[in-house]
Amino acid sequence: MKLFRIRGGVHPEDRKALSAEQPITDLPIPELLHIPVQQHIGAAAQPVVQRGQHVFKGQLLAHSQGAISAPVHAPTSGRIMGIGNFPAHHPSGLSVRTITLRPDGEDRWIDGLVACDDPFALTPDEVAERVAAAGIVGMGGATFPSAVKLHLRDRYFLHTLVINGAECEPYLTCDDRLMRELADEVVDGIRIMAHGLGVARILIAIENNKPQAQAAMRRAAEGFAELQVVGLPTRYPMGSEKHLVQALTGRETPARALTADIGVVVHNVATAHAVHQALRHGWPLISRTVTVSGGAVRHPANLRVLIGTPVSKVLDFCGGTEQTTARLISGGPMMGQPLPSTRVPIVKGSNGLLALDATEVASRPTTACIRCASCVSACPCGLVPLDMAAHARAGDLDGTVKLGLMDCIACGSCSYVCPANIPLVHYFNYAKGELAARQRAKHKQMETKRLAVQRTERIEELKRKKREAMAKRKREAAAAASSEAAEPAAEMEAGA
Amino acid sequence: MNGVMFSAGPHAHSPNSVGRTMGQVMLALLPATLLGLYLFGWPAIFLFLVTTLAAVAAEAVCLVVAGRPVRATLLDGSALLSGWLLAMTLPPWAPWWIGVVGAVLAIVVAKQIFGGIGQNLFNPAMVARVALLISFPVEMTSFLAPTPLLDPAAPGLVDGLAVTFGAAQHVDAVTSASILGHVRTSLTGGETLSQAFDGHYQPLSLLWGNVPGSMGETSALLVLLGGAWLLFKRIITWHIPASMLATLALAATLMHLIAPERYPDALYHLLSGAALLGAFFIATDLVTSPVTPRGQLIFGAGCGLLVYVIRTWTSYPEGVAFAVMLMNACTPLIDHYVKPRIYGRDRHGEPLTYPEPSEKQR
Repeated sequence: MKLFRIRGGVHPEDRKALSAEQPITDLPIPELLHIPVQQHIGAAAQPVVQRGQHVFKGQLLAHSQGAISAPVHAPTSGRIMGIGNFPAHHPSGLSVRTITLRPDGEDRWIDGLVACDDPFALTPDEVAERVAAAGIVGMGGATFPSAVKLHLRDRYFLHTLVINGAECEPYLTCDDRLMRELADEVVDGIRIMAHGLGVARILIAIENNKPQAQAAMRRAAEGFAELQVVGLPTRYPMGSEKHLVQALTGRETPARALTADIGVVVHNVATAHAVHQALRHGWPLISRTVTVSGGAVRHPANLRVLIGTPVSKVLDFCGGTEQTTARLISGGPMMGQPLPSTRVPIVKGSNGLLALDATEVASRPTTACIRCASCVSACPCGLVPLDMAAHARAGDLDGTVKLGLMDCIACGSCSYVCPANIPLVHYFNYAKGELAARQRAKHKQMETKRLAVQRTERIEELKRKKREAMAKRKREAAAAASSEAAEPAAEMEAGA
Repeated sequence: MNGVMFSAGPHAHSPNSVGRTMGQVMLALLPATLLGLYLFGWPAIFLFLVTTLAAVAAEAVCLVVAGRPVRATLLDGSALLSGWLLAMTLPPWAPWWIGVVGAVLAIVVAKQIFGGIGQNLFNPAMVARVALLISFPVEMTSFLAPTPLLDPAAPGLVDGLAVTFGAAQHVDAVTSASILGHVRTSLTGGETLSQAFDGHYQPLSLLWGNVPGSMGETSALLVLLGGAWLLFKRIITWHIPASMLATLALAATLMHLIAPERYPDALYHLLSGAALLGAFFIATDLVTSPVTPRGQLIFGAGCGLLVYVIRTWTSYPEGVAFAVMLMNACTPLIDHYVKPRIYGRDRHGEPLTYPEPSEKQR
C-alpha cells in the first residue's frame, strides 16, 4: 500500500530488544489492589460497593457517570477494604478516590457474565453498549472511553477503522507481544469494532521494526478481505493518531477536529483485544499487558497485570530495580510521565513501566538556544518550537498561542533533538496549563458578572413590580376616593 | 530515587549537543585549514594560532565579567569556531594584531555584547572581517602567492615569526592580488575580461587552492568537501548553500550572456574568493540564519544576489562578508513572516476544509 510522508519526527534508539522476546506472563495476584475510580478521561465513576462487602471477579465496583466516563470492575474476587484516597498514578502524587480490595485468592468470576457467540448479530449500538459496560478505554495511554468513540458513527460519515499497532515509543513491547501471541483474538476484536462503527475498511498499521507482529497479524487477517496489515516506516511519532491517519490516507485532520472528520476512527491494538474479551466472554477490562523495562530493571518483561496492582509488586516480580535508577516512568520515554513513588497502582492506561538509568535519561544542563532549527525540522506539526518556547519563557501566552501552542501534540521530538537540552515540552505544558487556568479564571469572572447582572435585574424587577403595585393601589384608591369620598387617607397609608 | 522529578518528557535525549555541533563544523573546516596552513607556511600558522587563542581568551574574559560559567561555555567550542572562521578569511601573512583585533571585535563586540552564544544578530567572524577591512584596508588586501611549507622560498620558523610578529614589513614575499582583486582593478582600468584573465585565471588552480587569497578560502574542492560533511552530518541543510550558489551562478550567467567581455561567468564567481566558504560555513551559521527551510532559501538567495551585486558594481572586489551581514539583519524579519504550515491548517492558519461533508445532519 502506498504510504504518505509525514513531516518531521525523530529516530530515538528503540531499545525494544530488552523485552521484545519476553512472552506475556501473568503477574500473581497481589495482597492488595488499589483501584482508582478515575482511570479515564471524563467524569470519575461512582462507587456502588461498600466497605466490608465481598465482591466477585468482574463485579461492578463503580458505575460510569455522564456521557464521557467508564465503569470499573473488580479485578479478582475478594473483600472491599475501604473506599478512600490513595496516591494516583500521576506525577503529582496527589491522592484520588480509590477502592481498596483484598483478594481472597479464589479468583472467582461473578455469575451471569454475558458471553456472545455471534457479536456480528448485535446491532452497532449493542456493541457500543457492551464495550461501555466493560469499562474499556483507549489502552494506548490516552484512556478515552472507547464506547464514545464507537458512537462517532452517529455523527460522522466514517469509512475506515485504523488499528494503531505502531508502538512508536521506545522500550514498549506490550502491543508487539499481544499481536504476536494473541493475533486471532486481536483480529476478532478489531472486526467487532469495525462492525460497531459500520465501516468496511480496516487498516492495521504496524511499524516495520516489528516484523513478527506484522506476520502474525497477516496470518490472522487471512480470509478477511476488509482487513489489511500495513507496514509503517519506523519513526517517532508515527503512532500519533493524526499523523498515523495522514501516513495512511494522505489527509491531515483539520485543526481542532477529530480524525472522524475525515472519516477515520483509530483504536489501539490492546483496546481491540479488550473488546474481544468483553464481547466474546463478557469479561470487563480488569487486567492489561504492561512492558516493564529500562536499564535499571533486572529482568525486563511483558506482564499481564491486574488493574490496581501496586507498581512496587510489578517491579519486584521483575527482580527489582538497580540502585542506578535515575527515573521511574509510566509509559514510554518520549511521552511517559515520571512516577512519584512505587506505591501507586497500575491503571487501565499503563502500557509501560520504565526504570531508566542515568545514561538512558541522558539529562544534561540546559544551555542557550543556538537557533539550530533542529526542533523545527523535528516537529511533526509544522511548529517553530524555539519561538514558542521563547514566548512562553517571557510569559507571553498570547504570543505562544498565536504561534500554534494548541496545535502542539507534546510528542517531545523537539526536546529530544535539542542540542542545548532546552526542555521545550516543559515550557509548552506550562503555557497550556497557564492558559487553562486563565480561561478558568475568565470563565469564573464572566459567570460572576452574569450572576451579578442577573441579581441587579432581579432587584430592579422587584422594585419595578413594587412601584407598579403601589401605583395600581394609588389609582384604585383614587378611584375609590372619587366614587366614595369617605376615608381615603387612611386606606392610602395602609397601602404604603 | 529520592526527590520527585516533575520533568516533562521526553526522558531520553539524542546525542546532540552544542559542543558536538561546533566540533563537527571544525572537523569540516579542517581539510581546507590544513591546506591553507601548508600553502602559506609559518606566518599563516602563527596568525591562525594567534587569532583562535585571542578569540578564546576574549570569550573567557567576557564570561568572567558577565559572571557566567567559564569552563562549560568555553568547552562548547563556539568562540574557538568564531576565531577559526575569522582566521580563514584573513590574508595569511597579515600581522598578529590584525588577528587579535579581529578576534576581540568578533567575540566582544559582535557576540558577547549581544548576550553571548545564540543571541548575536550578526555573524561574529563577518563583523570582525568587515570592521578590519574598513579600518585596515592595506593589511586586509595584501595577498601573496602561496609558498608551501617545504618550498625553499618559504620563510622558516624564525622568518615566519618575523612576518607575523615583527615590526618589519613582509620579508621577501611577492605580494599579489587575489583573482577577484586583480580582475576588478583590470576592469576598472578599461581592460576587457580576456585581458584581465590572461595568465591569472585558472579554474583548476582555484579548485585546488594554489592561488593567492585568504588563508582558508582558496581551495574550492576542500571547502566543498567540508560542506558535504556538514550536510551528511545534518549540521546544516542544503537550502542556504544551494540557493546562495544558485542565485550567484544565475546572476553571473545572465550578465555574462549580456556582455561576455565585461562580466565573468558563473564558474569564476563560484570558485573565487569566499563564495564557497561563505555558502557552506558562514551564511549557514545557525545563530544568524533563518530557522525554516523556506526562510533559508530566501536568505540564501539574498546572500547570492548581494555577493554578485557587491562584487560587480561596488568598489569592493569581494562581497561575501557584506552580503551575509546584510542578510543577517533580515533574518528576524524572514523568521517573522516565513513559517512552516502547521499540521491541519492552511497557510493562513485556518483549519483545513475538505469538499465532502464530514458531519451528518442531525
